[in-house]
Amino acid sequence: MTLGGLSLAYLRARPLASALNLLLLALGVATITVLLLATEQLENRMGRDARGIDLVAGAKGSPMQLVLSAVFHLDAPTGNIPLSDATALSKNRMVKKAIPLALGDSYRSYRIVGSSHDYPAHYGALPAEGRLWNAPMEAVLGAEVAAATKLRVGAKFAGAHGLGEGGDEHDKEPYHVVGVLAPTGTVLDRLILTSVESVWEVHEHGAPASASKEITALLIEYASPLAAAMLPRAVNATSALQAASPAYESARLFRMIGVGVDVLRAFGVILMLAAGLSVFIALLNALEERRYDLAVMRMLGATPARLMGLMLLEGCVLALAGGITGIALGHLMTEALGATLRQAHQSAVTGWAWSNQEWWLLAAAVAVGIVAALIPAWRAYRTDVAPVLAEG
Amino acid sequence: MLSLTAVRHRYGAREVLKIDRFEAAAGEHWLVLGPSGCGKTTLLHIISGLLRASEGDVRVGGQSLAALSGAALDRWRGRALGVVPQKLHLVASLSVLENLLLAQFLAGMSEDVQRARAVLEQVHLGERAAARPPQLSHGEAQRVSVARATVNRPKILIADEPTSNLDDANCERALDLLQAQAMECGATLLIATHDQRARARFENRLELPQ
Repeated sequence: MTLGGLSLAYLRARPLASALNLLLLALGVATITVLLLATEQLENRMGRDARGIDLVAGAKGSPMQLVLSAVFHLDAPTGNIPLSDATALSKNRMVKKAIPLALGDSYRSYRIVGSSHDYPAHYGALPAEGRLWNAPMEAVLGAEVAAATKLRVGAKFAGAHGLGEGGDEHDKEPYHVVGVLAPTGTVLDRLILTSVESVWEVHEHGAPASASKEITALLIEYASPLAAAMLPRAVNATSALQAASPAYESARLFRMIGVGVDVLRAFGVILMLAAGLSVFIALLNALEERRYDLAVMRMLGATPARLMGLMLLEGCVLALAGGITGIALGHLMTEALGATLRQAHQSAVTGWAWSNQEWWLLAAAVAVGIVAALIPAWRAYRTDVAPVLAEG
Repeated sequence: MLSLTAVRHRYGAREVLKIDRFEAAAGEHWLVLGPSGCGKTTLLHIISGLLRASEGDVRVGGQSLAALSGAALDRWRGRALGVVPQKLHLVASLSVLENLLLAQFLAGMSEDVQRARAVLEQVHLGERAAARPPQLSHGEAQRVSVARATVNRPKILIADEPTSNLDDANCERALDLLQAQAMECGATLLIATHDQRARARFENRLELPQ
């Protein structure tokens, strides 16, 4: 017999009320857990994808669309830019490194990206198998692409026109797989890399004049902090190109998503508070049924402080159980969400990761339980034994 | 073992208890007799330290109850006293055995399952250890309540109206049980009752006037 065992016995004596309170609290905690995990992982993932890319230059249009399409490969490109303009920008002395990107085709909705060897090098990606591309029509698969399509080194595949499923296949110019990249945990895992020339070759059927050559975007690393102040304005004002900052645009995106996240988080908090209220009412009702028990416990030698502890512990045990159930449920829900996103080739979220903020969430759940038990506990503390036993 | 000197208790201006001198030696069995409302329950509560007398000195085993305060009084009560309340008041959420373990726990004794089972055997409830109080008959519940009151080997065993609503045979059985259990742990027994059937069994009687 311990105080904890006694609390459990009382919770078991009212299984329905206890289970309902536990469930209510668990749902609130689960909602917040999902938000916590999803936003944290999404921010981490976007941070990794955008690391070291100070500026994206591409065709005029929405700057957010440019960043989404060129850095995160989520949206359609804003259009193409002349290679000559891109080359001129690359040679600007404020640019330390410029990575060209040529988009347009896909294979089973994985994007085929024409670029230079700087692109995998930027993410520290090395071939796990084979080598990088050296000639046109040689392709290197991201880790996830290789796993999903089962293509190996030596295989051939035909790219489809467009970035979605169901475009015309370019079956006259098949790609030849020469390498598979090791997993990087970045957007690279979901891409098929090749040379810029391959993309031109597939599309232009014949030898185009070098003046009409185009690419989609340029990922730029600044040469000095000064460039941050000058280069974007210079690009936007003086050329046909548009410059967009991944850091600024993703912050803007999170501010927009943030409203929805805040609403959901408030919903989770309300659920938790409702659970607290429900626990409070349950304990207060239980106190009414239990006044004889409490009086008898005093008779058997319990101090008022111990009875108070019993009530507090009961709220605490219920809240802790609800919190742990909620966090487990939240992880399962996040994993389910992640699995759905993975089907859409957006594997940013997993339920099998722990966020340190969850400790705070658990602490908040227990705090809700303790606060809910506070008034019942105080009344238990104040129980006057003699009249209760005498009225028996 | 138990001595009361010049004890008075009042609710507001109404005096409900007046005992000039009462002493009970260790191991003695006493009957506290009187009609309903004569202050029997008040007296029991004063002896068990649940109620402080308005005036007077109450000593148990030489210990003055007035000198004990708060938590110390609660601990003292758990160890030195066994109480069988009129309404028995078993904890319904716990099994019969757990009700006895609860008494050990709340009195701050170490858990002794063997002792608890032995006491249940003494009151012939060894096989009902796992039962819940609502499943028990009144007689069984009373025996559990007596077992719970004696599991810590108290110095004083107190029973409030243990024979009310019992037929003659069960009345005898209840008194037998209380006396046997008091003897087993060498406790002074104090039975408060208005039941005249008990009178013949006890030489020691404290009669409270109306």
